[in-house]
Amino acid sequence: MMFESSMLAPALPEIALACAIMALMMVGVFSPAKAALGRVSFLSVIALVGTGILIAVVGGDYRLALGDLFVVDSFAFFMKLLVIIAALLALVMSDGYIRREGMSRFEYPVLLCFATLGMLLMISANDLMSLYIGLELQSLSLYVVAAFQRDQLRSTEAGLKYFVLGALSSGLLLYGCSLIYGFAGTTSFDGLATQLAAVDQAPTGLIVGLVFLSAGLAFKISAVPFHMWTPDVYEGAPTPVTAFFAVAPKIAAMALILRVMLGPFGELIDEWRQIIWLISVASMILGALAAIAQTNIKRLMAYSSIGHVGYALMGLAAGTEAGAGGVMLYMAIYLVMNVGTFACILSMKVKDRMVENISDLAGLSKTRPGMALALMLFMFSMAGIPPLAGFFGKFFVFAAAIEAGLIYLAVIGALASVVSAFYYLRIIKVMYFDEGEEVLDPVEGRSMKAIMLVTSIAILVFILAPQTIADYTAHAATALFSG
Amino acid sequence: MIIGLEHYLTVAAILFTLGLFGIFLNRRNVIVILMSVELMLLAVNINLVAFSAYLQDLTGQIFAMFVLTVAAAEAAIGLAILVVFYRNRASIAVDDVSNMKG
Repeated sequence: MMFESSMLAPALPEIALACAIMALMMVGVFSPAKAALGRVSFLSVIALVGTGILIAVVGGDYRLALGDLFVVDSFAFFMKLLVIIAALLALVMSDGYIRREGMSRFEYPVLLCFATLGMLLMISANDLMSLYIGLELQSLSLYVVAAFQRDQLRSTEAGLKYFVLGALSSGLLLYGCSLIYGFAGTTSFDGLATQLAAVDQAPTGLIVGLVFLSAGLAFKISAVPFHMWTPDVYEGAPTPVTAFFAVAPKIAAMALILRVMLGPFGELIDEWRQIIWLISVASMILGALAAIAQTNIKRLMAYSSIGHVGYALMGLAAGTEAGAGGVMLYMAIYLVMNVGTFACILSMKVKDRMVENISDLAGLSKTRPGMALALMLFMFSMAGIPPLAGFFGKFFVFAAAIEAGLIYLAVIGALASVVSAFYYLRIIKVMYFDEGEEVLDPVEGRSMKAIMLVTSIAILVFILAPQTIADYTAHAATALFSG
Repeated sequence: MIIGLEHYLTVAAILFTLGLFGIFLNRRNVIVILMSVELMLLAVNINLVAFSAYLQDLTGQIFAMFVLTVAAAEAAIGLAILVVFYRNRASIAVDDVSNMKG
């Protein structure tokens, strides 16, 4: 076989990032111990920005690489940019925290970059094998960062729980892959799509494999009934790691589930739609009800993210281009809201000690009016109050679900979103109407303030052009249906 | 008796189920959970290789090699996390992994 450079060109961002990470490890090892973290953090920010630029250069035209294991299209382009932005913001936000809380080891930014590389591979997977390798590269790095505060019981316990349940889900996913391979005779997504289009009735073994595969993927997006790990891991992991967990892996796993379900298994939509319908409803309801009783804000964000995954899956259940575009838009808005909220959570300190109870926010409107205003915007947006971005995210997936005839799903979603508004509004009530005993420290660092400012502005101005952006994502989502 | 594809699939299914129950029913020790995870991955490998031989197609065996490699990395990371957990908790009993609840 002749080697041509065009075979590698679409995968250039990933290859460059992989090389950069290896160089970063060398820089870390050969730097003096005190300078290593600062140097490696700075260089990994540059590496991620460079990868983002390369992704933009490679663009969103449909191209295959690495023996058809790897695909680039407009969908991958959009989701990859979201992941890079999430990773960059998480890295910038964690800077102060890891220095204060005894995590100042240079492996932290390296592991975040490895996880990001895994996510980019997941998004571009065009074969069950590359799906698995990307997923594991991401998961293995995330297990380690969850346990990164290694002298804290909570953090190590979070890492252990995440590892055990993550390994279980990988096992389920792989068993599904092996059955799909056996009954279809191929692991390539394109091959699976042509095979399923050719037969009237898919073999039972293949359907069983698909069920296992979707169970494994549901674990990764923490959809009910595979959500058990989420609250514990979110609460126990160091806060900047939780901020990363809440956005980047969710976006990547959601991209993967969209690609797998709509691409190779698009013909089986009647089979998998029931599964997605059920986990979407269960996630929305559990996300709304279980969060009510929480006092820890990180745990609350865990249940909130379970609920948001439920809303996003609504767009997948619709199974249309508008639905898939709605999910893409939802994940983009979810990224902005969550990054902003976590910037506020990371700024919750009393006398240089991190606090994470909702009651610690009492009286924030008087002591730190700027931060209270930003957090209020994020909470209103998450609850889906109209002029803010969160409303439009929900609007487009609800509309897609109704168009596809899933009326009950949309009704349950609307009810769940009303219930969940209760706990978002409670945070605002605590900030604006309760009297606080302790005063939170001022927000530290210019980057944190900038992140809060930019995310709140993004949420406010989204109303200027919602339809244009929704049209763009729906157009980008057409790439999923071509195969 | 000729040993055919279905025999291999049955063995793999039994091993996989054993691994799954090993994770959920075991209350004693986290190491047993790690062993159960390995068991599940090996069941997958039996499946892949059996299908590969049956279909006369190499893809399954290549996939099995990837699974083996990743399983080794996964075991290493699992044991490392278990060691740091043990240092803080001085126990690896499953019931003691319960600091956070709710």
